[in-house]
Amino acid sequence: MAGGLPALATLLLLLLAAAVAPLSAAVRPVSDAHRSAAAELFAASPDGSFGDLERTYEAVRTFQILEAEKDKSLTGKACKLAAEKLAFPSSSPAKDLFHAVRIISVLRCGVDSSGYDDVAARLKAVIKETNSLLELYYSVGGLLSIKEQGHNIVLPDADSAFHAIKALSQSDGRWRYDTNSAESSTFAAGIALEALAGIVSLANAEVDPSMIGVVKNDVVKLFDTIKSYDDGIFYFDEEHVDATEYKGPITTSASVVRGVTSFANVASVKLNIPGEKILGLAKFFLGIGLPGSAKDCFNQIESLSLLENNRAFVPLILSLPSKVLSLTSKDQLKVEVTTVFGSSAPPLIVNLVQVLGSDSKVISTENKELQFDLDNNVHYLDISPLKIDVGKYSTVFEISLQEPEHEAIYATGGRNTETIFVTGLIKVDKTEIGISDNDAGTVESVQKLDLQKDTSVSLSANHLQKLRLTFQLSTPLGNKFKPHQVFLKLKHESKVEHLFVVPGTARQFKIVLDFLGLVEKFYYLSGKYDLELAVGDAAMENSFLRALGHLELDLPEAPEKAPHPPAQAVDPFSKFGPKEEISHIFRSPEKRPPKELSLVFTGLTLLPFVGFLIVLMRLGVNLKNFPSLPAPAAFASLFHAGIGAVLLLYVLFWVKLDLFTTLKYLSFLGVFLVFVGHSALSYLSSTSTKQKTA
Amino acid sequence: MPKATSDAKLLIQSLGKAYAATPTNLKIIDLYMVFAVATALIQVVYMGVVGSFPFNSFLSGILSCIGTAVLAVCLRIQVNKDNKEFKDLPPERAFADFVLCNLVLHLVIMNFLG
Repeated sequence: MAGGLPALATLLLLLLAAAVAPLSAAVRPVSDAHRSAAAELFAASPDGSFGDLERTYEAVRTFQILEAEKDKSLTGKACKLAAEKLAFPSSSPAKDLFHAVRIISVLRCGVDSSGYDDVAARLKAVIKETNSLLELYYSVGGLLSIKEQGHNIVLPDADSAFHAIKALSQSDGRWRYDTNSAESSTFAAGIALEALAGIVSLANAEVDPSMIGVVKNDVVKLFDTIKSYDDGIFYFDEEHVDATEYKGPITTSASVVRGVTSFANVASVKLNIPGEKILGLAKFFLGIGLPGSAKDCFNQIESLSLLENNRAFVPLILSLPSKVLSLTSKDQLKVEVTTVFGSSAPPLIVNLVQVLGSDSKVISTENKELQFDLDNNVHYLDISPLKIDVGKYSTVFEISLQEPEHEAIYATGGRNTETIFVTGLIKVDKTEIGISDNDAGTVESVQKLDLQKDTSVSLSANHLQKLRLTFQLSTPLGNKFKPHQVFLKLKHESKVEHLFVVPGTARQFKIVLDFLGLVEKFYYLSGKYDLELAVGDAAMENSFLRALGHLELDLPEAPEKAPHPPAQAVDPFSKFGPKEEISHIFRSPEKRPPKELSLVFTGLTLLPFVGFLIVLMRLGVNLKNFPSLPAPAAFASLFHAGIGAVLLLYVLFWVKLDLFTTLKYLSFLGVFLVFVGHSALSYLSSTSTKQKTA
Repeated sequence: MPKATSDAKLLIQSLGKAYAATPTNLKIIDLYMVFAVATALIQVVYMGVVGSFPFNSFLSGILSCIGTAVLAVCLRIQVNKDNKEFKDLPPERAFADFVLCNLVLHLVIMNFLG
């Protein structure tokens, strides 16, 4: 009991946490967590730098937006890296100059600005020469950054540069990277819009308003290609996924946000973009949560900052500080409306327009205005008049701005749907426990139990009787409640446990244990059983595991073949401990004779061969019969060589070859040997017969 | 007893004399057989000293020697001119058979050697 109760309670808590956890991963404004995440992602390498120019810019820009503290030495290193790049503008690509100038702009490095004339001249030259979108983007961006640092930069032929970029646009609002490429890209569209905005800022005269109008239409068309999820999140992604050019939705969306916000800031016309889509983009970037890579972090933070600080459409995010509301403590439904960085919104009214149940059943469609708490900057509503019970609900809010001129600046996106989870105390009543006889008639003993109090019953039964347990669960509003888990546990003195699921209907929960059918399952163990009841649910604040009392069970003697109860581990967690080590038995190697002895006998086996040779000499064996004519001699030599080759092949077979390789070679050698052998021996045969006849 | 010894001596001498008349090529074959059997005997002695492990290698060595000796016996029978049965068979053909059988025998031996 003492060990089991905390374990089961932990399990219930875990289940509760698991049920609530997914709700908390929702849209919330940028917080300190982002600062620490950025500090981690942009951690400087041991030599004190952030990496290459692009990465360094991303790091310093992210820290600037988040107003995070920077180390002086890191700043110095970054400034030095940028200044080194700017020292030789003619040999650096436009991309490096672009990043270097922007690093200096962000960090306000005290660099000698006389070199900027060379840089500007170089970038202007690039603009004139190139027809690549990226080159134009880097050059214009670099010039713009120099201008923003207080230098007088004027782009002389702004119109032609504007036309050069516009010439790359496609009919669907996307852009091409250069005149040669056929693919249009959403990422390129963002870059092009940013470059166009830069050219408008750099131009000495007003850019043709009709051209601005054309680009404005391109932006609207681009927003027609936006993609969405069901929950009001919008994002940009490439239509055709190309392995080399593909950058992913975060980078692509960030590029479009950069382009559109900068274009909206310089163009004097209003862009017709639905606020819902802007809000959806903001939710997309916030929905990333804490980004996984430095690049994503930079794109997320910069895009959100641009959305927060532009002139045309500032998204207002509606979020709930807490999604779990308790009926017991009469929690209020609290709603925060902030910008993406968490600063307060202009005066506005939040209405709760609809509440939907978990199965999309409409609970309430009454329009309720939320009260505003000025001190804490939250809108709140008491949930008790809503008559909502425990469970999971979708709530739909509508935001309306109080001052009409704000409508042109802020994007509220109309309706916002949020999921809330309502918990409460569940009432347990009409608890009855009793023993009845098997023939379903007379109930011998029924005891009422009050589970709120610490009462315990003591029952006794034999194998012909039944145990009955009934109870009812109701929610604070008096409805019937069906929790996730309802278990009855019977635990014998010898720690053998049996768990039963208590089936529930709408009316009541009822379990009847017929001991006659259970004797085998109970291993014929008579004696005292502890009764425990566990009821648990995520929405139930008083989930419990309670001891009900005990039951004295009298079961028949176990027959011969009855199964034995499994051995109970002393420590219930020991089954997770290390397993017993398996020791392997290897066959011990055969005893080998000493090496010297074997070598001696190897020598000895050679002795008969030596003797064989000696006696051969004494017999006067000679090679006079060896053919003397060149052709037969050659055949004879080849015959001997062939036999030698076969024997050598056998040795190789022994040493390393396998049977099939050996047979393959042997088949060639065999044919050769048969041929030369036949030639050699038939010559010998003919000479010997000639000698005989002669 | 001395008579028995001298008899035995006589017997061996007559045997030696008779054997001296054997053609040289048959003597070479005999010598070869002695060489093969002697090699086999040395291996048997080695086995007696250190035991029969690894048994397949031991068998291979013994059977290689005995096998080639048996084949040499066959060769001798075929080559011997006194054997009327093989009169039509040229000795070169017999030698070719001997070589072929030896090659097949030793392929098996090498496979078994391990």
